[in-house]
Amino acid sequence: MHYFDYAAPTSLGEAVKLLAGARGDARILAGGTDLIVNMRVGRRKPGLVVDGKHIPELNELSLKTGGLTIGAAVSCRRIWEHAEIAKRFPALIDSASLIGSVHIQGRATVGGNLCNAAPSGDTIPVLIALGAVAKIMGPKGTREVAAEDICVAPGKTSLADDELLVSVFIPAPAANSGAFYLRFIPRNEMDIAIAGTGVSVVLDAGKKNFVSARISLASVGPTPIFAREAGALLAGKPVGEDSIQLAADAAQAVAKPITDMRGTVEQRKHLVKVLTTRALRAAVERAKGA
Amino acid sequence: MAKKTHVETTLNGDAREFLVEPRQSLLETLRDVLQLTGTKEGCNDGNCGACSVLMDGVLVNSCCVLGVEAQGRTVETIEGMGTTDNLHPLQQAFIEETGMQCGICTPGFLIASKALLQKTPNPTEDEVRLWLAGNLCRCTGYDKLVRAVLKASKAMEAA
Ligand SMILES: Cc1cc2nc3c(=O)[nH]c(=O)nc-3n(C[C@H](O)[C@H](O)[C@H](O)COP(=O)(O)OP(=O)(O)OC[C@H]3O[C@@H](n4cnc5c(N)ncnc54)[C@H](O)[C@@H]3O)c2cc1C
Ligand code: FES
Ligand code: FES
Repeated sequence: MHYFDYAAPTSLGEAVKLLAGARGDARILAGGTDLIVNMRVGRRKPGLVVDGKHIPELNELSLKTGGLTIGAAVSCRRIWEHAEIAKRFPALIDSASLIGSVHIQGRATVGGNLCNAAPSGDTIPVLIALGAVAKIMGPKGTREVAAEDICVAPGKTSLADDELLVSVFIPAPAANSGAFYLRFIPRNEMDIAIAGTGVSVVLDAGKKNFVSARISLASVGPTPIFAREAGALLAGKPVGEDSIQLAADAAQAVAKPITDMRGTVEQRKHLVKVLTTRALRAAVERAKGA
Repeated sequence: MAKKTHVETTLNGDAREFLVEPRQSLLETLRDVLQLTGTKEGCNDGNCGACSVLMDGVLVNSCCVLGVEAQGRTVETIEGMGTTDNLHPLQQAFIEETGMQCGICTPGFLIASKALLQKTPNPTEDEVRLWLAGNLCRCTGYDKLVRAVLKASKAMEAA
């Protein structure tokens, strides 16, 4: 690995100062499962690594009536070990419990997954589907950004060099709502999504019609895709296969995959439809059980 | 060139101090600085689990951790698991069930299994398979390993 300096600030203010002082030559370290691997192969070469794990706000994991706050340094394992969170946000657990191995989940964070901005990031479609909002801190203070506006290109976020992600907030699920994440990989464990779909649906009180829905896709574009129109199509439609097919077709239409060593355009397009269909069915089941 | 950093940690139950460069991984720190070579390097990118250790009781790949991150934390490696005269029940079961594989993958399998049994003393076969999915062996199947872990779980229960 290249030479770099390491700092472990214990406050947000200190961290922001370090980032500003480094003038673009610093990276935040959360679990390191992307950063350390990328530094080892020379893909990232920050002069300063700022460990976020000693900052209290980044370690917050709190469930309140309004919703769930996940600090940017909270590991996936801490999330799936939290019984109440697992119960109330099962779609988050769908994704947090399939990132890499249990070993990886002991370190990997949702914040790191989002800031790494990989098109295949498994938690990102879930954050988008659940309407998560990222809290970002910089020299001028904090700002809030919708999850779908974070990733702008492969490996690139809308955060400035002197900003860091503090936490993500997921609003409490609405009544009669359900969400689900599904991905396709050739193996059972330890692989990168060839395609993934995160969905959330809200049903009316009688559970007969969709009130609203959000659909987001992984690995089928340069960034995770928010298939806004596909989800919006479901509003007011009866709960059933016809509506689900309509949305799945619309999701398929916005997927812009490429062919690479893991899959072809045709396969990925096909998968988007299959995964969206199945994820919507499963989300409806969860909503009915809710 | 970055200066070496002084790190204080609890390693296999003992207080330890050492100097590392920030760019040295915990795996390199264990092997090259502390001469604890039981933790192995397979892939060096988080995929094979040969470098598995426990950090504050949590199973992690030490190749994806910086040595400086051990400051103030506890680290447990394969060296802390059992002695030749007094094997850990998992080590005993690995031998009895011929789950003892090559010197590269076995330490990682043992550490991952230990982490699983600490959390879930009575795992199902599926749980064992899920926890060992982060440890790769290119040579053989996982059946003997899975049997060994289930056997050790019973032995530890009875003890
Ligand atoms: C073997 C293996 C298997 C994997 N499997 C999967 C998988 O199945 N699915 C998947 O989605 N990913 C997978 N990954 C990738 C990785 O584990 C995840 O993306 C993980 O969520 C990253 O989190 P982290 O905390 O380790 O991030 P880090 O590596 O610490 O950080 C990732 C990036 O985000 C930046 N960053 C981190 N925190 C902040 C912050 N607070 N503010 C600003 N920037 C920040 C870092 O500077 C870095 O560029 C795998 C990785 C490995 C090594
Ligand atoms: S050497 Fe660390 S996971 Fe392979
Ligand atoms: S890698 Fe050790 S026996 Fe196969």
